[in-house]
Amino acid sequence: MKVHINGVEHDVPEPSSVADLVTIAAASPSGIAVALDGAVVPRSSWATAVTPGAVVEIVTAVQGG
Amino acid sequence: MADPTRDVLTIGGRSFGSRLVMGTGGATNLDVLERALVASGTELTTVAMRRVDASGGTGVLALLQRLGTDVLPNTAGCRGAAEAVLTARLAREALGTSWIKLEVVADDRTLLPDVVELLDAAEQLVDDDFVVLAYTNDDPVTARRLEDVGCAAVMPLGSPIGTGLGISNPHHIEMIVADAGVPIVLDAGIGTASDAALAMELGCDAVLLATAVTRAQDPELMARAMAAAVRAGHDARAAGRIPRRFWAQASSPARDQS
Repeated sequence: MKVHINGVEHDVPEPSSVADLVTIAAASPSGIAVALDGAVVPRSSWATAVTPGAVVEIVTAVQGG
Repeated sequence: MADPTRDVLTIGGRSFGSRLVMGTGGATNLDVLERALVASGTELTTVAMRRVDASGGTGVLALLQRLGTDVLPNTAGCRGAAEAVLTARLAREALGTSWIKLEVVADDRTLLPDVVELLDAAEQLVDDDFVVLAYTNDDPVTARRLEDVGCAAVMPLGSPIGTGLGISNPHHIEMIVADAGVPIVLDAGIGTASDAALAMELGCDAVLLATAVTRAQDPELMARAMAAAVRAGHDARAAGRIPRRFWAQASSPARDQS
């Protein structure tokens, strides 16, 4: 199925969880947070399965401000 | 002399010995940033939230952890309340802090705060138990509104972000300070040490700056200068300056008449 991770379309196996998508995009799961379709997914819910067309944002802290 | 144990900056129930809040943006590398942060003596430092890349983090978090500096995530780059609120929630999840420097800007050219969106976002985040430090214009009315909705600190700009133009409207900053029941942090526009000292002389509780240090030719030396300026300005405010006079007033006794 197709999902969008940080603005890029990815073809991922179905089913895939939030945690599966994190391993695709991030080198390390520490210090990051995930939004699925515009809402934060707490780390405790990363086992949640994503649906086709899901829009996922994965962010971390960088220099700024 | 003032009791040094009482002379601390308190925001949202947390106390800081340093009244200089540092940003981390603009440093050419982490080594330069580390030396500047150490020289500044800061205890609270901002970071931005951005999409991860597969190469791993920027290392800024590990650096702040090593230095024992509290992390203040910001919502830099956010244009509307919804985007800023989501970014704050992501920051809380990623970094485990409910502190947020709330920044909602109107456009890239001025980076001036969009105060309508800012107030909306501030209200939502306070309701969601965030400790909100709101970056705002040098407008006393907006500052009062931000305090009214429950912001833990109000952070008026001296001039637009990154301009180094100093404090464009010192009188407005003084009015904001005079009315405030929460700490006022002068944020943005600082160009050099005298700007930081002036902010404190006007009665601000702290100064937040990044560019003036990170893009200075010698960031470490400028950080040291800023730390000294913030202390000097704070002491001068507490000491009570003399009134301005139109005519001279001799400081030595009159000469003896022969």
